[in-house]
Amino acid sequence: MTPAEEPVITPADLAGGGVRGDDPDAHGKFGRFGGRYVPEALIPALDEVAAEYEKAKTDLGFIREFDHLLRTYAGRPTTLTEVPRFAAHAGGARILLKREDLTHTGAHKINNVLGQALLTKRLGKRRVIAETGAGQHGVATATAAALMGLECVIYMGAVDCERQALNVARMKLLGATVVPVTNGSQTLKDAINEAFRDWVTNVDHTHYLFGTVAGPHPFPEIVRDFARIIGVEARRQVLELTGRLPDAVCAAVGGGSNAIGVFHAFMEDRDVKLYGYEAGGRGLETGEHALTLTEGSVGVLHGSRTYVLQDEEGQTIESHSISAGLDYPGVGPEHAWLKDTGRAVYEGVTDAEAMEAFALLARTEGIIPAIESSHALAGALRLGRELGPEAVILVNLSGRGDKDMGTAMNYFNL
Amino acid sequence: MTTLQAVFDKARAEDRAALVGYLPAGFPTKDGAVAAATAMVEAGCDVIEIGLPYSDPLMDGPTIQDAVHRSLINGTRIADVMRTVEGVAKSGAATLVMTYWNPIDRYGVERFARDLANAGGVGTITPDLTPEESEPWLAASKEAGIDTVFLVAPSSPDERIVRVAACCTGFVYAASLMGVTGARETVGAAAEGLVKRTRAHTGLPVCVGLGVGNGAQAAEVAAYADGVIVGSAFIRRLLDAPDEKSGLAAVRELASELARGVRR
Repeated sequence: MTPAEEPVITPADLAGGGVRGDDPDAHGKFGRFGGRYVPEALIPALDEVAAEYEKAKTDLGFIREFDHLLRTYAGRPTTLTEVPRFAAHAGGARILLKREDLTHTGAHKINNVLGQALLTKRLGKRRVIAETGAGQHGVATATAAALMGLECVIYMGAVDCERQALNVARMKLLGATVVPVTNGSQTLKDAINEAFRDWVTNVDHTHYLFGTVAGPHPFPEIVRDFARIIGVEARRQVLELTGRLPDAVCAAVGGGSNAIGVFHAFMEDRDVKLYGYEAGGRGLETGEHALTLTEGSVGVLHGSRTYVLQDEEGQTIESHSISAGLDYPGVGPEHAWLKDTGRAVYEGVTDAEAMEAFALLARTEGIIPAIESSHALAGALRLGRELGPEAVILVNLSGRGDKDMGTAMNYFNL
Repeated sequence: MTTLQAVFDKARAEDRAALVGYLPAGFPTKDGAVAAATAMVEAGCDVIEIGLPYSDPLMDGPTIQDAVHRSLINGTRIADVMRTVEGVAKSGAATLVMTYWNPIDRYGVERFARDLANAGGVGTITPDLTPEESEPWLAASKEAGIDTVFLVAPSSPDERIVRVAACCTGFVYAASLMGVTGARETVGAAAEGLVKRTRAHTGLPVCVGLGVGNGAQAAEVAAYADGVIVGSAFIRRLLDAPDEKSGLAAVRELASELARGVRR
């Protein structure tokens, strides 16, 4: 076997091979978080998805097909890049980037999407729907739908359609129908509401290709498992490059799929600290942020018990972030659980800090990151200064910044 | 206070189905909601569901979304919902609150159940609370002496119907179709079968909602169900009315038409 033919994923990588002690229980609970809070009409569909995934994840044929797509279509394994000129601004700590920005479609979302698109075919469904914030999940879903001949409808907040216009065009070119959602805050949370309304109406022939580790069981588990390859590869690559495990793993957290994806393979490595960076927006004091884990409270949103930005009567508070992909007032239940158990630490990064890191990586390393990922980069800069020059920090560079050029042009007056 | 049991006993004695009307609190205004619901009762509604406006109503169609959005802009809070229940209960109808789960969860389950009972409410309908997560709410409701209504859907297999019905007191809410709330041209063809399947597993009354909007549809549903639930069609009348007075008249007219329907 040549290196290019080596599988990137094994059954153990996907499903943990029974070695993980952290799967949700039968009701999809991570501790007190997760579960299902959805209309009864959707329960049979969720049960069907869960049952099919249980079969698929140990089916060698399914894993081979998924592996084949990851290698020959998504471009896995993605490389690990050390960024010394960037790291010079982080107290000299070694910073290693997991390059999910180099995947086909330009973000980590493709991993989950290919897995779920294969699952859609196994379910015998011919139509997929999805929500999208930054448009990356929408583009990835439209891509997989084109590849597999599935009908595709993407729900996207009207505000997000505007700030991510390039991705709207990409989705249309790929043959998807993009529906701008004009109610509520016109962002990701409202796109999810609208996708659920579609799903309950068309569930007999439609799969809701959920884009993050939130939502009702089994989505948090399925999306995590399909994103898990990020950390599995990165762990091997860091060991190869440095001869040891990293001191810390950094990732941006909106719904939380890229973060769970990179964290998960390190869960048992107790000396590896896990850091999730949420969008601090214009700053905590302005109230315009998406600090769900750090400032939110426990509630139910989009079918799952988790941390939520809400008022004292349970009404969702609108979030804000310069990055559409982090502009979400909820978060995946496993992150809520990791916060409560202390296994992961969550902090905020403001719009300004993220944009500074965005520009810094471009100028020092010739890599233009997504603004979402720039939150993790800003966190790594902060963390590097704390941990000192001996530290090794792995950052999940979850996506590339092409889609963010409009925002960058406005922000930096380019 | 009129209980759900009294409502269904009376309807059965009259050999008809009960008529259940829905309106969100705070719509068209806080007082306007009480006035509209009272008009609905005077014109023949036996039961009123007062909707608790929520920011993310993911099983509601455009009409109820619109009304709920206006209500939230009007500043409707849970205290207003309780006051609305109190006002409507005075009309003599059995008055329920229909709400997504998070507002109750956040307000506190015991506190919500107690406050609702004190306001004269007879129970709740909780469309996104699954039996798996219902334990605390069932206990609090029982303690406060209020009914708990859950939904079954055309997609529900028999074992789920058993599970859901076991959580219900008062009645079981059968969703007539797979979809969100809103009036439709025809009532879902699956509704009658679902009512039959539900009856096989429970002695509770079974009411049908989603997509019922006129007298003929009410009559059609009343032929096989214990109750007919109408929401969006009432809201539509209020949204389309040029002023509050004509809105009330339109709501009253629709309630009369539906009341004749359930008696056909």
